[in-house]
Amino acid sequence: MNKNKEQLLNKRYKAEKRFRLYGQSAIFMALLFLTIFIFKIFSTGYSAFQKTWLIVPVTFDAELMMLEQNPSKEDLKDADYYDIALKSMADLDPNANEDQENELKRMVSYFFEREIKRELLNDPSLIGKTKDVYLTASDDLDQVFKGNYPRDLPEDQRRVTDYQLKIFDQLVELGKVESKFNLSFFTYPDSREAELAGIASSFMGSIFSILVCLMIAFPVAVLAAIYLEEFAPKNRFTDFIEVNINNLAAVPSIVFGLLGLGILLAVFQLPRSTPLVGGITLSLMTLPTIIIACRASLKAVPPSIREAALAMGASKMQTTMHHTVPLSMPGTLSGTIIGLAQALGETAPLILIGMVAFVNTIPGSPLDPAASLPVQIYIWAESAERGFVEKVSACIMVLLGFLIIMNLFAQIIRHKFEKKWS
Amino acid sequence: MNLILFIFIVLLGFTSYYFGRRKAYTIQSTNKRLTALPQFYGYYLAIWCAIPAFIIFSLWAIFEPTIVKLLILSDYSNQGYLDDELNLIYEKTKALSRGQFTGEITPFIEASAEKYLSLRSIAQSSKAVIVLSIIIASGAYAYKKISSNSRTREPVEKFLKVVLFTASLAAILTTVGIVFSLIFQTIDFFKVIPLFDFVFGTHWYPAKAFVRDSSEALDPTMYSDTFGAVPIFAGTFFIAFIAMCVAIPIGLMSGIYLAEYASVKVRQYAKPLIEILAGIPTVVYGFFAALTVGPFLKEIGNSMGLDVSAESALAAGGVMGIMIIPFISSLSDDVITSVPQSLRDGSYAMGATKSETIKKVIFPAALPGIVGSILLGVSRAIGETMIVVMASGLAANLTLNPLESTSTITAQIVVILIGDQAFGDPKTQAAFALGMSLFLVTLCLNIVALRVVKKYREKYE
Repeated sequence: MNKNKEQLLNKRYKAEKRFRLYGQSAIFMALLFLTIFIFKIFSTGYSAFQKTWLIVPVTFDAELMMLEQNPSKEDLKDADYYDIALKSMADLDPNANEDQENELKRMVSYFFEREIKRELLNDPSLIGKTKDVYLTASDDLDQVFKGNYPRDLPEDQRRVTDYQLKIFDQLVELGKVESKFNLSFFTYPDSREAELAGIASSFMGSIFSILVCLMIAFPVAVLAAIYLEEFAPKNRFTDFIEVNINNLAAVPSIVFGLLGLGILLAVFQLPRSTPLVGGITLSLMTLPTIIIACRASLKAVPPSIREAALAMGASKMQTTMHHTVPLSMPGTLSGTIIGLAQALGETAPLILIGMVAFVNTIPGSPLDPAASLPVQIYIWAESAERGFVEKVSACIMVLLGFLIIMNLFAQIIRHKFEKKWS
Repeated sequence: MNLILFIFIVLLGFTSYYFGRRKAYTIQSTNKRLTALPQFYGYYLAIWCAIPAFIIFSLWAIFEPTIVKLLILSDYSNQGYLDDELNLIYEKTKALSRGQFTGEITPFIEASAEKYLSLRSIAQSSKAVIVLSIIIASGAYAYKKISSNSRTREPVEKFLKVVLFTASLAAILTTVGIVFSLIFQTIDFFKVIPLFDFVFGTHWYPAKAFVRDSSEALDPTMYSDTFGAVPIFAGTFFIAFIAMCVAIPIGLMSGIYLAEYASVKVRQYAKPLIEILAGIPTVVYGFFAALTVGPFLKEIGNSMGLDVSAESALAAGGVMGIMIIPFISSLSDDVITSVPQSLRDGSYAMGATKSETIKKVIFPAALPGIVGSILLGVSRAIGETMIVVMASGLAANLTLNPLESTSTITAQIVVILIGDQAFGDPKTQAAFALGMSLFLVTLCLNIVALRVVKKYREKYE
């Protein structure tokens, strides 16, 4: 009997331990996913911040560039750089035949002409001389140099030919291949060529959309929250507004995209693919988030503040605007930043309003077509080229960096400026 | 022109504030008692100066193009043009008047372009005149009012209250906007495709409904067996089911652990870390699922001799489940913490262990709240777009094999609407019909979930 009891107790204790273990392993699993995730993104993405350059001797032959004696700055700008660019690539292997010369040309990006031109414009005295110029390597060679490219594949399954690899290896041995910080990733717009693709266009698109979103959502949401929390009578209509807000907070984002498409584009005829439309769509999405945050922080202001102001003879409106609302601002602002961070990561609605169009210029205003950072991730992730994989991860790192900064900022505002009432 | 007028109105509003306030000081200097603080005189004047003019200005800006278009096209009425042709004529007219027209210029269009230009200039000047006269009239009225020292605070506050109320209507307007944007296209869609075929059809192949011209668009026989949404609905719920299979056990167990077992320190670090998972953009999850999880599952499957698609429902659903973990864990954590301590104490006093208390007492007490949080998670899973678009297939297979690829409502909307779309084409309308069904399903789930959670909260408050 006694033994039975002990067995039962042991069983119960074991069950207790097991249950505890389940809980621990659930948390462990969740954190494990997070770690794998971040590790994977960083390990594929960090190499995109380096870019491979080939150092190629270029002879600035005035005759090949069709330049007269003593050319002016204008002449230099209009000169023909293609031939000297081609020649300097072909000169890498003096014995190359025509096909091989073509392959040599494809070892660098199609910007090579521009890069040579920039060199000469910086220093016009180079005419007739030879100088080593840094040329952007093609994305495949870039990947080879970073060790991401399977060199042992049969030649017909690779985009790099054996010949290109041979020349490339010679250059590596001569120290003519160099890896430097990839500034163009931040300053270039999108491109079909992985080695030239940058995030400048989508970054500006994101900034413009978020600004439009902020300018619309913040005032409307704060005013709405003030009304609902301070002035609204308790009746059915107010309840209806509240139900609407709570539902909107949980409506799938793609439905807002359909709203943008069906109303903003089709009815109001706003320009497609622009951050303006994207920003308006996102602002409708963030509206409920900000309203809820603002109401919560208005609610947290103790009634004694209001009563004191009213007792001093302030009107209801003066009490609200001069005392309650300023005291609630830290909470509202941090809620707004969190809402904007959500909007910054949103993709699906922007795809529907056409912000996936290929844009290879940097937008200068919210009325120019643009992509946004998350959409850029989607566009690059759908491209087949190997060079884009690391670009996607790098773009994700930039996006996550922004989200972390925004969330930290929200935390700081909350902890530094919010008054604790107790 | 519009911009200049707008800036003018804004500047006038600001300057009139100072005028009003100065007027109040002059009244005060004559030893008369003011009816409100001086700045209310300023606000009063500024509101009267700027707001009526601004309302007229915006109404004008909205309706001017429509009216001009009607006037231009009235020349072409009774000539048997179709709507599309009339629109084309109007576009040509506008392009010609801007000097950007490159096609053949007919005398008709040239005449309309001239008319267009003259109408526009009449409209511009009359707008300026009307707006200015309104500013003068309403400003003079308000100035007379404050000169006679009548009440200013009450009207100003009333105006502010109206502004606040209008802002709170934004939420309703958004909902109305969603319903409107969906409903017309959906109705048009069901005019061509019978509702029955949409809800019970088992073939989804919208690419077949490629319309070359508008006469073809109305031929219903063309679309038989193209818009059967059963595979889409099934795929949506299937992927959501897989996601919940991952999210519910992990989310619920971590919620319970955080609420009942974890020390303050563990809780302090683990909770925000898990919530990071909710802050990661979904496109990032999609990339992760497509690049890492999909190929990984495929490799494992192949080594076990299974035929796994690289874009399997399992990969998309599993990653989606990871995304939903924090929603369930933090909501159920909240719910469990709000169960009154007395229930726990009672159970411990009867000799129950901690896990027995959780299983037999706390869990049943918290069940409504937990169900609510799970329903919110399901609604999220159904509405999730990017993970499915990137990691699961885009072809709609009717299958219950998690290793094959399936498609969802959201993914199909994206597939149909990416790129250029023609309104009036059944394919585009189908996307809106799908959006409508998505909206309705998630709306029901949200309403039920929010109600359950609210009821539960009230019970213990």
